[in-house]
Amino acid sequence: MGTQVGTSMKIVQSLLLALSLAGAAVSAQSMAAAPAAPAAAPAVAPTVTTAPAPVIEPGAAPTPAAADAKAPPAYVSTYEPDPHIGQPEPGGWKLPVQVTPTGERALWMHNVILMPVIVIISLFVLGLLLWVMFRFRAAANPIPGKTTHNTFIEVVWTLVPVLILVAIAVPSISLLAEQFKTPPKNAVTIKAIGNQWYWTYEYPDNGGFELTANMLKEKKDAAPGERFRTDADGVRLLATDNHVVLPVGVPIRVLVTSNDVIHSWAMPAFWAKLDGVPGRINQMSFTIERPGLYYGQCSELCGARHGFMPITVEAVSPAQFAAWVASKGGTMPGATPPSGAAAPEAAAPAAAPAAAPEAPAATNQTDAPAAANSTEG
Amino acid sequence: MTDTALSPSHFEAHDDHAHHDADHKPAFFARWFMSTNHKDIGTLYLLFAIIAGIIGGGISGLMRIELASPGIQYLQGWASLMGGTEATMDQALHMWNVLITAHGLIMVFFMVMPAMIGGFGNWFVPIMIGAPDMAFPRMNNISFWLLIPAFVLLLGSSFVPGGTGLGAGTGWTVYAPLSTSGSVGPAVDMAILSLHLAGASSILGAINFITTIFNMRAPGMTLHKMPLFVWSVLVTAFLLLLALPVLAAAITMLLTDRNFGTTFYDAAGGGDPVLYQHLFWFFGHPEVYIMILPGFGIVSQIVSTFSRKPVFGYLGMAYAMVAIGVVGFVVWAHHMFTTGMSVNTKMYFTAATMVIAVPTGIKIFSWIATMWGGSLSFKTPMMWAIGFIFMFTVGGVTGVVLANGGIDDIMHDTYYVVAHFHYVLSLGAVFSLFAGFYYWFPKMSGRMYNEFLGQLHFWVFFIGVNILFFPMHFLGLDSMPRRIPDYPDAQAYWNGIASHYGYSIMAAGMLVFFVNILWSLFAGKQAGDNPWGEGATTLEWTLSSPPPFHQFETLPVIDPDSHH
Repeated sequence: MGTQVGTSMKIVQSLLLALSLAGAAVSAQSMAAAPAAPAAAPAVAPTVTTAPAPVIEPGAAPTPAAADAKAPPAYVSTYEPDPHIGQPEPGGWKLPVQVTPTGERALWMHNVILMPVIVIISLFVLGLLLWVMFRFRAAANPIPGKTTHNTFIEVVWTLVPVLILVAIAVPSISLLAEQFKTPPKNAVTIKAIGNQWYWTYEYPDNGGFELTANMLKEKKDAAPGERFRTDADGVRLLATDNHVVLPVGVPIRVLVTSNDVIHSWAMPAFWAKLDGVPGRINQMSFTIERPGLYYGQCSELCGARHGFMPITVEAVSPAQFAAWVASKGGTMPGATPPSGAAAPEAAAPAAAPAAAPEAPAATNQTDAPAAANSTEG
Repeated sequence: MTDTALSPSHFEAHDDHAHHDADHKPAFFARWFMSTNHKDIGTLYLLFAIIAGIIGGGISGLMRIELASPGIQYLQGWASLMGGTEATMDQALHMWNVLITAHGLIMVFFMVMPAMIGGFGNWFVPIMIGAPDMAFPRMNNISFWLLIPAFVLLLGSSFVPGGTGLGAGTGWTVYAPLSTSGSVGPAVDMAILSLHLAGASSILGAINFITTIFNMRAPGMTLHKMPLFVWSVLVTAFLLLLALPVLAAAITMLLTDRNFGTTFYDAAGGGDPVLYQHLFWFFGHPEVYIMILPGFGIVSQIVSTFSRKPVFGYLGMAYAMVAIGVVGFVVWAHHMFTTGMSVNTKMYFTAATMVIAVPTGIKIFSWIATMWGGSLSFKTPMMWAIGFIFMFTVGGVTGVVLANGGIDDIMHDTYYVVAHFHYVLSLGAVFSLFAGFYYWFPKMSGRMYNEFLGQLHFWVFFIGVNILFFPMHFLGLDSMPRRIPDYPDAQAYWNGIASHYGYSIMAAGMLVFFVNILWSLFAGKQAGDNPWGEGATTLEWTLSSPPPFHQFETLPVIDPDSHH
């Protein structure tokens, strides 16, 4: 039932989007037939499709056949939460699976260098203590020795830790250098803004549209008609109504700031955590390698509902990202405006104000129980 | 350790104290409320720390009950109880932040510091250097009595508005702007004023200790003959003297930002919220050494005593503490790796922080080397000291992990950090406090503690705190943030273990402790001057148990040929 509602909502959405796109177009002569029926809607304008990569034919007049081929007009999320990636594991005792190259390198550094070193040192100290306790107990060694100095051993236990620390510091420093490389110019930029107690996001390179992400309430806590969390959204306390959609395989630049108190944007699967400080804009970057849903939580005490402002990242293919951006009324940077004014890239900025209010439902899971959802941007 | 090589005849005050003026005590009120006697003030500090510890530990019990299973179970009820009216969910969640804040501040400022420095420092620093009392006995008195209004202000802040609900819910770090524009109402002002008073108390105490140690050592007691506990308090006093004024400045600016329209920490007025964090941690990092260094000193005394051997590498041990104190001042921003510092700054603080592991390692290995070749007896204080060495090592190595700026990005503000600092504090500092308490209990009270109950306390507490805190490493690695009252169901397993088993076993251990103190105070057998035998070479064991009200009316003379 939910699926049907969602799907029919989507059709309405795409119709409206298509209408606004067409309405903004200069060449409006084909408009006459447009509002007739939903079935005719896709013919109005070549909206971006989800898969495969959108084929834009700027000059081509929209024929019925071509329009049919491009039928799915809006972004449809196809990702389900993975219980083993991107969220805590039941009874978990390890660092999460990493889906960014820097995260994988840091995980390697922790699991292969740091963890063995600290376990060995702890066991070494424990072993020494137990041995000394056994060997030099009063019953076994009634007369205490008098040794209080041994320059050699003192030099050894000063120098060996120094060497161990140098062995740790060298890869650690280069890891830092790797993590904090300046992202390339073409990186996809998002701005995460902390608020008490939700996150808002801006896509400044994609037309500057905004979205708000609130934690989804449980069914028992939701008001009648209010959207509540389902398992497809993610687990309790981690699922948000809107996702931060990001493309895989391309560098992402995250700018973090805050509107009130300090928050911290954290995404464990990316090895990413950065404070949002009011009056400052902090920057970090990473490249996501695997599509899917990833969850994080605010990681700086920010008041009463600090534990209840999660973060959901939906990593998708670049083509899907482009479709999602278009569904938000945004634009893809670097795309040269095509000659045909009806093409979506050119039309979208003008259409954005009109399209935006209708956009939110398009980002929801298809089986979300109530597709008509929160307000955005 | 320092072998004083004295014959008992040097101590006339000890020999005939029973009918000597030295043992003339003032009446009850004058003695306990206007006290200028370092031992009485030490006792007051210890009593205060025990009471504060019960409150702070009780608060951690509330937190563990709430965290025992997913969902909000009790907070709303507690918040309603505190406010006297039905609390909203937001007020209940604010209550959580009040609990974590109060737990942290109480344990740091009103339990560990008063017990370590005010309690054992006051009791034994003058005795160990052969001084009759502290340099400024009246200042010593005000140092203690400033703590009372400080504690009352902190506890009182929980009952007045602090923003979303009652009480200061800023965390013990009191970060701006949550503590300024984010917390309307008098609660945070009261908490800040409480820190001012506690800080003033500590600064006065630090001045007193430095003056005492530099000027009142008995003839022949050179700096390099001082017991390591005295060295540890000396270094701690310098840390206090240099760090606390910075805290005072930082929180004074919080106060003026809150009340007088300044914008030190408000970007809108040209200030910077991160400035507060720099100032706070410039104090806050030395503060963690303030809490642990006296513990190092206590453990050194105990390991030496029960190994019947002087401390191995005395000078290395003393200067390792000096090194920790000095380096401790230049590593503060490793608490701030996620605030958006430049990568070069992160590299510096990563490297500088790791340096601290070197002197710490020297201490660990020197303790083991002290035991090596010794004739070990495993009395209760020794068990706590050995437990300290191992648990502090575990807390230390996770510190090395966290020191890596590139690794800390995933660990920061998770339960891994909580596990780390509870291993160095609850299993480090607190173990050393228990070690010192059992070690000096016969000296302070004149009665022996019950050895069986002491051992039972150690083992039950040891098992309890490990079950309580070790799973927190797992929760942190599984990315559970700190300071949240509820968590995803996946994290229920380890939280349940920590709450149900860890906290209960730990609390049972504490019960054994209190039974032991009460039983021993009233029914413990009389302790001799030196219940620990030939291993105990410091001056307090040459006095009676308890020592005379005024000791060393004739100063002891330390043999220049004795150890060190």
